[in-house]
Amino acid sequence: MISILDILLRLAFWLLLAPLLPGIINKVKAWVACRRGPPVLQLYYDLARLWQKSVVISNLASPAFIILPAMSWVALFGAAMLMPLGPAGAAFSFHGDMLLVIYLLALSRFCTAWAAMETGSAFEGMGAAREVSYAVLAEAAMVAAILSLSMQTGSVSLVTMLTPAAGAGGVLLAAGLFIVLLAENCRVPFDDPNTHLELTMIHEVMVLDHSGPPLAAILHGASIKLLLFSMLLAQAVLPLQGLSTQAAIGLIGGGVLAVTIGVGIVESLLARLAFKRVPLLLTVAFLLCLFALLVAWKGGVS
Amino acid sequence: MNSNLNLLIGLAMGLNLLALGSSRLPIVIRSMSAQGVILGAMPVLMEHKLDWRVLLIALATITGKGLVIPWLLRRAMRTAQIDRELEPLIGFIPSLMLGAGGAIAALALAHLLPLLPEHADTLLVPGSLATVLTGFILLIGRTKAISQVCGYLILENGIYLFGLLLIKAMPLLVEAGVLLDLTVGVFIIGIIVDRIQRAFDSLDTRKLTALRE
Repeated sequence: MISILDILLRLAFWLLLAPLLPGIINKVKAWVACRRGPPVLQLYYDLARLWQKSVVISNLASPAFIILPAMSWVALFGAAMLMPLGPAGAAFSFHGDMLLVIYLLALSRFCTAWAAMETGSAFEGMGAAREVSYAVLAEAAMVAAILSLSMQTGSVSLVTMLTPAAGAGGVLLAAGLFIVLLAENCRVPFDDPNTHLELTMIHEVMVLDHSGPPLAAILHGASIKLLLFSMLLAQAVLPLQGLSTQAAIGLIGGGVLAVTIGVGIVESLLARLAFKRVPLLLTVAFLLCLFALLVAWKGGVS
Repeated sequence: MNSNLNLLIGLAMGLNLLALGSSRLPIVIRSMSAQGVILGAMPVLMEHKLDWRVLLIALATITGKGLVIPWLLRRAMRTAQIDRELEPLIGFIPSLMLGAGGAIAALALAHLLPLLPEHADTLLVPGSLATVLTGFILLIGRTKAISQVCGYLILENGIYLFGLLLIKAMPLLVEAGVLLDLTVGVFIIGIIVDRIQRAFDSLDTRKLTALRE
């Protein structure tokens, strides 16, 4: 009974808190540009509005067009259930749950890419191709980061892996994971969430033909993914061992907020990278995580 | 003290990768000179008692590599009016990968070398091997004369780092002589770059391979 209540509370946490992050990012961007900006709760209003709208379906699309965004959303929720929430731990935790998180993220990406191609539009196929080709590079960096964490702590379970600080390679790991976060969530140097120029979009182009509740599921899923990655980054780098519950929650909350504000500032100060330079930046992220792995390995030996 | 030293060498190895991954020549020059400054400060950290000669050499290295050589290179760059390496022979991602692979291999294999016990747990040897390798990659893979000069200087940084192993045995005069040679060499290369630019209208060294009457 307790565990069901626990899971429900966690679901409510991810469901209700995730759309806050894009709002904060937009507020930071508006603040840097001296504008007033949309309200922090804008995404909640958008989601509520989309939920009431009807769905427009192309003649070419199969039922998968509706089902796949929902599947992607569920996969992200599954990954969120495995992500520990500081002192509360994860809803489910077992040996090697990190791999399942990576596969669930990949599954969600597969679903959105497939749903994008369902419409038969050339643009969306292009967006799907871009999304998955960058994901290959971002995933390499992600796997290197996970390996370095697991080398550091000698465990393959997220709860024990994320508790201690990242040690000497922490700076490298933080930088690498931050670049991965930007790439995975299609934030600025990789993709501009505001443009609607079809030649420059990645994520936005995939959801052009979605409408109504499926679009709401995709948008909400994207915000969950952002929260998931900032949680991962904050918990991987910050030391949580031996802290009281309130202190740990405060520290993680502060970390997630710092990551979000950092994304907003990066987004205000940088321009989108040219497409051919994106792999270079992702290679840099991979190398940063690889060197963090090296530091963890060498630090363990000597 | 060893951990400070290792941190500095790690920073120098990071600068290697920056030089390999960047297409802008000012960044390559800056990372080369920053590396020179870091390495120049190292003898002061390694010596337990401060000798005025060690201090003098460190100071000379820092001014030479940190100020004089970058200034000469920047002047050559301005007269030649280029600031980018546009078509390297080895692309930026492959050269980054090669550099990182070299650094990892150097770290993994350095303990196989017969080193003194006091050097075994420092990064001196792997750092110098990785830096030398970076210099080679820049020398081989880039076509603009200025990036090749930077490669040569990074190569020299690596050799200097290796020389720090022998800091107790090597006369400081040798170090001073190397520094002087290097500065004069870069000075001459600055003039040559200008000449190449005037004769060929580009700094692409591939054009120098064709012989003509």
